[in-house]
Amino acid sequence: MKNLKFLLVGMVFGIILVKSEVISWFRIQEMFRLESFHMYGVIGSAIATAMIGVLLIRRLKLRTLSGEEIVIPKKPFTKGNVIGGLIFGLGWAITGACPGPLFAQIGSGFTVVIITLLSAIAGTWVYGRFREKLPH
Amino acid sequence: MNILKEPWPWYVAGPLIGLAVPLLLIIGNKALGISSSLRHICAACIPGKIPFFHYDWKKESWNLVFVGGIMLGAIVTLLFLQNGEPVKLNPSTIAALQAAGVQEFDELMPGDIFNWGNAFNATGLIFFVAGGFMVGFGTRYANGCTSGHAIMGISTLQWPSMVATVCFMAGGFAMTNLILPHLMKWLLL
Repeated sequence: MKNLKFLLVGMVFGIILVKSEVISWFRIQEMFRLESFHMYGVIGSAIATAMIGVLLIRRLKLRTLSGEEIVIPKKPFTKGNVIGGLIFGLGWAITGACPGPLFAQIGSGFTVVIITLLSAIAGTWVYGRFREKLPH
Repeated sequence: MNILKEPWPWYVAGPLIGLAVPLLLIIGNKALGISSSLRHICAACIPGKIPFFHYDWKKESWNLVFVGGIMLGAIVTLLFLQNGEPVKLNPSTIAALQAAGVQEFDELMPGDIFNWGNAFNATGLIFFVAGGFMVGFGTRYANGCTSGHAIMGISTLQWPSMVATVCFMAGGFAMTNLILPHLMKWLLL
């Protein structure tokens, strides 16, 4: 079961998301009302830690556990970064969730968020369906 | 063990979240990103004739296992690691939300909005259906979400991720401050 390690990392990730309250709709409201540093602290220190980690991987030329060269996929710029980004931002503030927290909100007992998740899957599908017609 | 049950401060949780980036790279050459799981679900269940959903999603199955893990982790927290206290919010946030009609502040989410009683009414249509649709459509159109762009993308110094993150925030500020208060007053009061 080669995916077991990802299940474990996912579980720890889920525990952190809940314990840091970043899955809380209230915390998202507080963040966008600029009334708390909490969310900015979480995201900022996560970026800083990730950056140091990636820097170390590059400096020490670390490889994966199975000895492969580590590849970091490029994120090309598209107009979708702007338009899609704005649309996601609007949805983030309504649902109090980006995709990761959607799964964690359901696990935390707010099972009605299953509807939100299904709708997010539908949104992804509609994007795929009309992808060629959208500006990129 | 009481420390585990208290909410974790940002300077503990943030670095732990950030560690997921190098950890996933080292254990499997995987780039942190969660919204892709929604695409894989489409590819696995409802691909239709849409080229965007025709690829070998099984190669990306780690991502589906990862989000399954997130849900399990949340269940573990619910069962064993919760102190049952309300989120310690800024009183001005509480006051503003109360003025907009939110009444329940004793859990992670407002119980008066996020309950099955709203599944088939206007509140649910806005908060679950419309909100969820924008999250799914927007993240895929933007090619990533908070994890893939804001954390993975910015930490690997990719400027398109910075642009995307600024847009996420702009959309969030606009919704929270300009639109949502009116929607809530209409739906909740």
